[in-house]
Amino acid sequence: MAEKIILEIARYSPEQDHEPHFESYEVPVYKEWVVLDALNHIKDTMDGTLTYRWSCRMGICGSCGMMVNGEPKLTCATFLSSYAKNGNKIRVEPLRYFPVVRDLVTELTDFLVKLKKVKPWLMPKDEPPLSQGEFLQTPEQVDRYKQFSMCINCTLCYAACPVVGLDPVFVGPAAIALAQRYNMDSRDQGAQERTAILAHPDGVWGCTFVGECTRVCPKHVDPAGAIQQYKIAAVLDWLKSFVTPRGQDTKHARSEAGND
Amino acid sequence: MPAAKQGTIKSAPSYTEFHPRWYRPRVSVYWWLGEWHYLKFILRELSSVFVAIFVIEILFLLSALRDGPQAYASFQQCMRNPLVIVLNIVSFFFIVFHAITWFNLAPSAMPVRLGGKRLPDILVAAPSYVAWAVVSAFICWLVLR
Repeated sequence: MAEKIILEIARYSPEQDHEPHFESYEVPVYKEWVVLDALNHIKDTMDGTLTYRWSCRMGICGSCGMMVNGEPKLTCATFLSSYAKNGNKIRVEPLRYFPVVRDLVTELTDFLVKLKKVKPWLMPKDEPPLSQGEFLQTPEQVDRYKQFSMCINCTLCYAACPVVGLDPVFVGPAAIALAQRYNMDSRDQGAQERTAILAHPDGVWGCTFVGECTRVCPKHVDPAGAIQQYKIAAVLDWLKSFVTPRGQDTKHARSEAGND
Repeated sequence: MPAAKQGTIKSAPSYTEFHPRWYRPRVSVYWWLGEWHYLKFILRELSSVFVAIFVIEILFLLSALRDGPQAYASFQQCMRNPLVIVLNIVSFFFIVFHAITWFNLAPSAMPVRLGGKRLPDILVAAPSYVAWAVVSAFICWLVLR
């Protein structure tokens, strides 16, 4: 008989509740089971009304982020066995700082709007014709942005960032890291367009470098690093604007980009 | 039977079709007290106040040195006050905390690349620690010789 553990799950029904409450479910602890397996077990065999998001169950889709014992976690990568000591309980809540739609499901529109604002796509200035062949990059040029490109939009970093909670207009860690992913790409010349949102009080200057976003990131993106690096680049860019003749296009926060 | 079946309707919530009532929790004023990582951040920010106190003390020291032996003696007298000693001890620990936390964060803000590869964080932070140790050793030598 497998060992058992109690999951305390936040439940919120918009039709019935004014605020969430916890309900407990006892589930078996198999060594290969993650928190998401336990949630599926509960939904399949104990309470079909439990609502949560998930898809790939392998750390790629970024859907199953939840607070597990107060920590933002991908529940598909959080093993029950690491909590099943000394009769520990596991508390599962929806990601912090997001509005809750139902049970463990959060409302992500705010994040998606912010993400779109930073224009996270390649903006080449003078796109060469297809006949010239593909854009070639050296391994060094790829290495400059690769870490930031690993983001899966799971929003764990937003749930870890107190600035996101206290200052809802803050663009936030993942969106800024993804902006840097394109700023650092040698195929992109859109850095100047992105400064309007990034070098703004709601952009990088909202960040106080708590560093929690980097700590909780399941893909090791280091959003905190991306934000601080952009701050330095933005200041250098601002200083450069004093010595650059007016109207001349400065490189804007891409001093380190691989196509210099 | 799971507890979900026991849920009761507390009162009629304001609900319109296709526009669900979202629960929006408020962030507590004491959000930084619950978790060590947040508390550490607040302490790191607070440490700046103690850095400022130390700087002001050093400015008073320089001013006393400029004004002559009598002013310096009264500065020393002031420094012997138990309250000032306690404040300085607390400040010392906060300044050490300030230095260590910021030295450790520096590689994240200023990654160094050599030969197209990013240097390991420890190699970027190390020069700060070495410089700190050298300057501290020099000051110790200056004071104790």
